[in-house]
Amino acid sequence: MTSMLRHRLFWPAAVLVVLLASNLVFSNNFFTITLQDGHLYGSLIDILRRSAPLVLVALGMTLVIATGGIDLSVGSVMAISGALACLLIGDLSNPDAVGPVLLVVGAAIALCLVFGLWNGFLVAVLGIQPIIATLILMVAGRGVAQLITDGQILNVHSAPYRVIGAGYFLAVPVSFLIAAAAVGLTVALTRRTALGLLLESVGGSPTASRLAGIRSRRITIMVYVFAAAFAGVAGLIYSSDVSSADSNAAGNLIELNAILAVVLGGTALTGGRFSIAGSVLGAVIITTLDITAVSVGVPVETTLLFKAVVVIILCLAQSATFRAKVFGRFGTKRAEVPA
Amino acid sequence: MIDVSTPPATGPQAQKRGGRRVYRPNTKHIPVLATLALLVVMYSIGVYNYESFGDTQVFLNIFVDNAFLLVVAVGMTFVILTGGIDLSVGAVIALTTTVAATLLAAGWPAGVVLPLVLLIGTVMGLGMGAVIHFFKVEPFIATLAGMFLARGLALLIDRNSIPITNDFWTQMAQKRFRFDDGVFISLNVVIAAIVVLIAAIVLAWTRFGRNVYAIGGNADSALLMGLPVGRTRIAVYTLSGFCASLGGVLYSFYTSSGYSLHGQGLELDAIAAVVIGGVLLTGGSGYVLGTVLGVMVLGLIQTIITFQGDLNSWWTRIVVGVLLFAFIVLQRLVTRKAK
Repeated sequence: MTSMLRHRLFWPAAVLVVLLASNLVFSNNFFTITLQDGHLYGSLIDILRRSAPLVLVALGMTLVIATGGIDLSVGSVMAISGALACLLIGDLSNPDAVGPVLLVVGAAIALCLVFGLWNGFLVAVLGIQPIIATLILMVAGRGVAQLITDGQILNVHSAPYRVIGAGYFLAVPVSFLIAAAAVGLTVALTRRTALGLLLESVGGSPTASRLAGIRSRRITIMVYVFAAAFAGVAGLIYSSDVSSADSNAAGNLIELNAILAVVLGGTALTGGRFSIAGSVLGAVIITTLDITAVSVGVPVETTLLFKAVVVIILCLAQSATFRAKVFGRFGTKRAEVPA
Repeated sequence: MIDVSTPPATGPQAQKRGGRRVYRPNTKHIPVLATLALLVVMYSIGVYNYESFGDTQVFLNIFVDNAFLLVVAVGMTFVILTGGIDLSVGAVIALTTTVAATLLAAGWPAGVVLPLVLLIGTVMGLGMGAVIHFFKVEPFIATLAGMFLARGLALLIDRNSIPITNDFWTQMAQKRFRFDDGVFISLNVVIAAIVVLIAAIVLAWTRFGRNVYAIGGNADSALLMGLPVGRTRIAVYTLSGFCASLGGVLYSFYTSSGYSLHGQGLELDAIAAVVIGGVLLTGGSGYVLGTVLGVMVLGLIQTIITFQGDLNSWWTRIVVGVLLFAFIVLQRLVTRKAK
């Protein structure tokens, strides 16, 4: 029991279970999944579908945070990628052809890669603090997105583009499949190759890892490129789901939610160890929280309050100092290292 | 060899402009001087290009329209000087205006409401500071939770914009200090000026001010020197909370309304103003005067874009982003040289 309690995923998993259980009490058919027109329907499927963008962004954020950085620009990158995709699709002669739409998607992601390189350049080459370096793109990025859409909300009608965010493949939402593929790819890259180890060592101490022969600069740039690419895909999912590009609403506050997801998942903001499963769990918790608030009948505007309470409780629960002060032996509180 | 000719980052003497012994230009002053130069250049461009840009009132309106931002940015300066960050300020403004408007509408006297709303912001700041210090929660996460909490509370109280019709509030809002005909400043500007003056004095000539710089320079050294690190750290967040709620009061004077969506993204403006004003984001270096210049730069950008007429508001964000970049790189160069 104690080993289970100590597991880093115990607290987030417990929160998720409590959230789901509260749905069991408050709404009757929350756990019902039905098959309609060859699509799976139900609140659980909805959670999976709606959490896809956040999972993607949180994945990139986990890698960045693992190196001891942070990426505030993901929301702006989402807005830019959606804006560019919608602008280009609007210019297509036949928006229902698959080939050109794929090209457009590629172009949008390529642009995001450039932004990721920019962030990585600022952090790794110029040596600017990550929170500040990415703040630049966070502030300017929404301006750029509005520049692309000329301040309008661009609506697009393109069947293949709509598949990304709202389509189904073998009865499963495509956005969920994309997120799952991204998670699989990241896990394979970080846990089946040495990359994960290198990431953790750069996060632990960039200087020591450089002295150990790791090209920490290259790794740092890489994680920002990853984060931007994932954010770009998330932006495509978002804009495809609503068939439009809204530079203000797309990815609004998602950087905070993503950081929250990562922290909920047990990855410390100081860098070093990271948990992809934890971040995915964190992202699902946040989406479940939003959906639960609706199904429980809490007014939408109090979701934030709900979130604040959960964040406070989780942060305190994760703070070893707090646990030691409240539950533990008072004599050893100074010896504890903050989580 | 230790370079003794350069003032150490933690040295309080370095901050005393008056008592400086070294006669070559202090590297710490370069960012502020750069901001000043930028301001002069921007203003000259404005005067040269647009008719009646040189009017005294146009210049004073920068302060009239940004007094609340100035007050918030002063609080943020203290937090950033200790190497922390406060993301909750925009939400505290929203909470302050909403609570004030609701209570005034319910017939509470202004003499009770005003201290009460200031107290709310101060207590929130105190709470966040305590969580940051005692439980070793990252400032970023703790103030993020504070932001959710304040915004959530404001939304819970009322999701609509509430007009303020209280006599005292209206009087304060309409109070003008006139110099010549047509040249005036509002009460908000006077309050902001007093706040700036007090903050500058506190930072430059009091023990508390020196502690703030010392913690920002190196918290561990400050602790070993026997400085009250915990008390100071909690105090700066309390101060920032107070400034944010005072900014909220000014904002409610300025707009004569309370709204839970007031001040969205204001934390970014405040951080941008502080950075453009030459305060080092890692803490330990910077002046309140710089922050004032930073707010003026932001205000001037808006003024120029308004005068230009055919530029859209999103250019503001892009220009602010570019300026942020320029100043961060400048800071980087300056601190590198100092080492």
